[in-house]
Amino acid sequence: MTPQPQNFVGTPQSRVDGRLKVTGHATYAADHVIDGVIYAAVVDSSIGRGRVTGVDTSAALAHPGVLTVISHLNAPRLPYVDNPGSNNPPGTRLRVFQDDRVRFFGQPVAVAVASTLEAAQHAARLVEVSYDAEQPATDLSSAPTDPPTTYARGDADTALGNAEVRLEMTYRSARNHHNPTEPHATIAQWDGDQLTVWDKTQWVVGGSQVELAAVFGVPQQSVRVISPFVGGGFGSGLRVWPHTTIAALAARVTGRPVKLVLSRRQQYFGTGFRPAYEYRVRLGSDRSGRLSAMVHDVRAETSSYEKFTEAVLVPGQMLYSMPHVRQAYSTVPLDVNTPIWMRGPGFATGSMVVESAVDELAHELRIDPIELRLRNEPAEDPASGLPFSTRRLRECYAVGAKEFGWSRRNPKPGVTRDGDWLIGTGMAAAVYDTGGFPAQAHVRLNADGTALVQSATSDMGPGTYTSMPQVAADALGLTMAGVDFRLGDSIMPPTGPHGGSTTMASVGTAILDGCDKVLRQAITLAVNDPRSPLHGVKPDDVIVRKGRMHVRNDPTRGETYQQLLTRNQRPHLEVIGTYAGAVHDRFSMSAYGAVFAEVAVDARLGLVRLRRMLGVYDAGRIVNPKLADSQAIGGMVGGIGSALLEHTVTDSRDGRIVNANLADYLVPVNADTPDLRAIYLGGNDPEANPLGVKGLGEIVLVGVAPAIANAVFHATGRRVRDFPITADALL
Amino acid sequence: MYPFSYTKVPDVRAAIAAGQRGGRFVAGGTTLVDLMRETVERPEALVDIGALPLRGITNAGNGVLRIGALVRMAEAAADPRVRAFYPVISQALELSASAQLRNMATIGGNIMQRTRCTYFRDVTANCNKRTPGSGCAALGGFNRTHAILGGSDQCVATHPSDVAVVFSALDANVRLHGPDGERTVPFADFFLQPGTTPDREHAVQRGELITAVEIPAHPRPMRSGYLKVRDRQSYEFALTSAAVALHIQGGVIRAAKVAAGGVGTVPWKLPAVERHLVGKRPSAALWTEAAQLAAEGARPLAHNRFKVELLKRTVERQLRVVGGTR
Repeated sequence: MTPQPQNFVGTPQSRVDGRLKVTGHATYAADHVIDGVIYAAVVDSSIGRGRVTGVDTSAALAHPGVLTVISHLNAPRLPYVDNPGSNNPPGTRLRVFQDDRVRFFGQPVAVAVASTLEAAQHAARLVEVSYDAEQPATDLSSAPTDPPTTYARGDADTALGNAEVRLEMTYRSARNHHNPTEPHATIAQWDGDQLTVWDKTQWVVGGSQVELAAVFGVPQQSVRVISPFVGGGFGSGLRVWPHTTIAALAARVTGRPVKLVLSRRQQYFGTGFRPAYEYRVRLGSDRSGRLSAMVHDVRAETSSYEKFTEAVLVPGQMLYSMPHVRQAYSTVPLDVNTPIWMRGPGFATGSMVVESAVDELAHELRIDPIELRLRNEPAEDPASGLPFSTRRLRECYAVGAKEFGWSRRNPKPGVTRDGDWLIGTGMAAAVYDTGGFPAQAHVRLNADGTALVQSATSDMGPGTYTSMPQVAADALGLTMAGVDFRLGDSIMPPTGPHGGSTTMASVGTAILDGCDKVLRQAITLAVNDPRSPLHGVKPDDVIVRKGRMHVRNDPTRGETYQQLLTRNQRPHLEVIGTYAGAVHDRFSMSAYGAVFAEVAVDARLGLVRLRRMLGVYDAGRIVNPKLADSQAIGGMVGGIGSALLEHTVTDSRDGRIVNANLADYLVPVNADTPDLRAIYLGGNDPEANPLGVKGLGEIVLVGVAPAIANAVFHATGRRVRDFPITADALL
Repeated sequence: MYPFSYTKVPDVRAAIAAGQRGGRFVAGGTTLVDLMRETVERPEALVDIGALPLRGITNAGNGVLRIGALVRMAEAAADPRVRAFYPVISQALELSASAQLRNMATIGGNIMQRTRCTYFRDVTANCNKRTPGSGCAALGGFNRTHAILGGSDQCVATHPSDVAVVFSALDANVRLHGPDGERTVPFADFFLQPGTTPDREHAVQRGELITAVEIPAHPRPMRSGYLKVRDRQSYEFALTSAAVALHIQGGVIRAAKVAAGGVGTVPWKLPAVERHLVGKRPSAALWTEAAQLAAEGARPLAHNRFKVELLKRTVERQLRVVGGTR
């Protein structure tokens, strides 16, 4: 079949659900109105490690409206069947209220259930838990590690010994929390053995539905997950956290639908986080800046009960051409809850280190940082040996340098001044894997000429609700208004996780496949229908515009979908579109970017203020430039946070998170994020997937923090290797 | 939230009576209600004083500017007299909180707001201010934002207000109305350092209501300004701050009013800095010398050592900004 005209893909469409969201009509997890709902509030452990020795519920139960308090002392035993296909990391997942162990500060130890929210919250305060406390281990630097994950090519240690120039640095990055605007929340209802949950999740079927079935030991079909809107996720919704199980448990115990919303404070230990890292890197090069070797020794937080790892090593393997690389990545089991992916997972941290280190080398050798990168630009993926599907990093540098005014930069650090402010510019490369998970989409072309498209994916903010109808409308030759796209319900066809910048590649491709097949059905029906004006036309000569099929070179000869289906008494044509997932064995596929930052540093007062930022992205086809800009700005803001502000602080004495609120855990405000601009190289990557997209949500955070750190160095001549970079380090 | 009663009072007399019975006054509700949600505060009776006639900014005679206790932060910041005579007040207010909070929070409530010490606000942590005798988790804990001045072995929590720092600098007075009538308390005596009683924070007696803050007459022209140093550019409490007001005549500093925030258990007046400035001619060297006196007596903790130097630099910078560099 020949390609359809593209009217919507590539155009800046506004969010179709924008009005719903800004008027408060979008139903987020806790917004669903369920008859007879009661409320649950979690009691969190106030020790960081040890045992619960007693739970006194007398005061709580005496409070008016309180129905029950559930803890390990009275909770039903739950099967917690193994769920190897899930996002649960290797280990043993936390089993709520199944034993008396406390594994981290803030672990749920009980839940109060009441007829009103106020009574539940107050009752949770009235539950007196006694403990046998032990000293928790929370210090990343000193605790013993797991056996490392390793990677090696060549002989990095020998090459390092022989290198003309050797640098050795240790970088540290703080723990970061996702802090989506919408708190994590669940409403759970049992009807016999059927469980329905309205949940904040980034993986409706394979995540929430399958895991809840495993936890409660019921068939997958016995669980329905409904999640039409997600108010930000950034990765925090990629697995089922204890509160979702607690809500379902409380609903089962009480026989009533139960609503449970985590407080902002509870998000800090009730869901995961980007782990803290300690990352030592040694690199060797010749005097011309040609890298020969890098050695990476990485320590990262994980919990005592699950081993969480992410792709932190990848940038060090494939961003630059060098023969010798050795890496060791050691998780450190601590008395904390389990980390999870956070926007730009692994790559953001790996790039933070590699891109800072390369900048240090450039300064050492007095070579322009872009020029140094160009001298080490690989012709093929140095880790896999595969050709790149597309890698337009050189173009990113060139466009970025021109648009940013890089040539006006005085290479000498610490000399450009504006009053009390030292001015600096820095840049960094960015990379993020282009992937795709298996996905399905149901496409139905109705006799009224509209289409219904459904897939159990999510829209945590990127604009899935808008971009998918763009794809479907073009594929079916409809207007966007003619496509009704629905998502977020486990009765819909399954998809992979809504994460890793894969949703357009995966769900979009499944929708494209479904639409193509439905269109093929319609054309076949028409050309074989003696009553159709298209009878006898070659299918490849038929195209569709605004719901009317016609001969490519004779627009007068044709008919509408509506006419065709009505005449043939077909209520609809339908199909399940599929996508099998990304194939990684032929090409090295990644999105790339170059990030440029200008900062002002008041060195006397230790203040760093971002002045402007430019990102240039090789992200394949951009389906919706307006949504893409939202993505890019959001990603940059996240990167600015990790560079300058965000830092979850743990009190090592008892494992308490000291700043578990948005007053003390600092995320950027508007004043911190001026003049953010993104440029997309455009084009497409035909090897990546049929839509030619490479994913955008992650790449736009990667590279931001090192670009800022490199700019701070350029401004001040001081290299800060601890992220976030705060006044303490610059005074 | 613990159960509580809520009443609105029509006038000052009724407010005082309710206060005498143990009621806690609430106006904008931007701090007390938050703390009630966290169960840090557990008042049995809330007395809403929002209807009292304390919303005026008036000339109280002899050059005294009176700011009613119920004037909103945003109103005070925008007032033409405040802006003309004491830009330092407007600046401090506008650098505080967020626009939404400034539209609700009152001047009286602002100076009564409680510390942002995270251990104080976390009822599962030990805190002598919240529960006398339970210990201070901040002393041996994470104390980057805590006080380097005015602390004790019982408490090192900073006073969070910006505008209270300015009021201290300007030698303002707090007007109180209680069962025995009205009285005036200078800012210097209003806030209590923690000592062995960190739960006692101010001079307000049971039943007493703050009715106004009065700025005494200062020689004119008086140049002034507020500098707030913080990690985030907006919506954050100060790491350090400096309120500076200078009356310079004939090239000589005739009056100097200086105080610092973010560093003390109370708004930290800097009399030694003021004395060093008066009678001298503005110069970069003078600012540096004077600022060296700002951190006298500082006792930094494990994570806030940087504040000692940062405080000096903050004061130095703001002296220069207000006083010029000649």
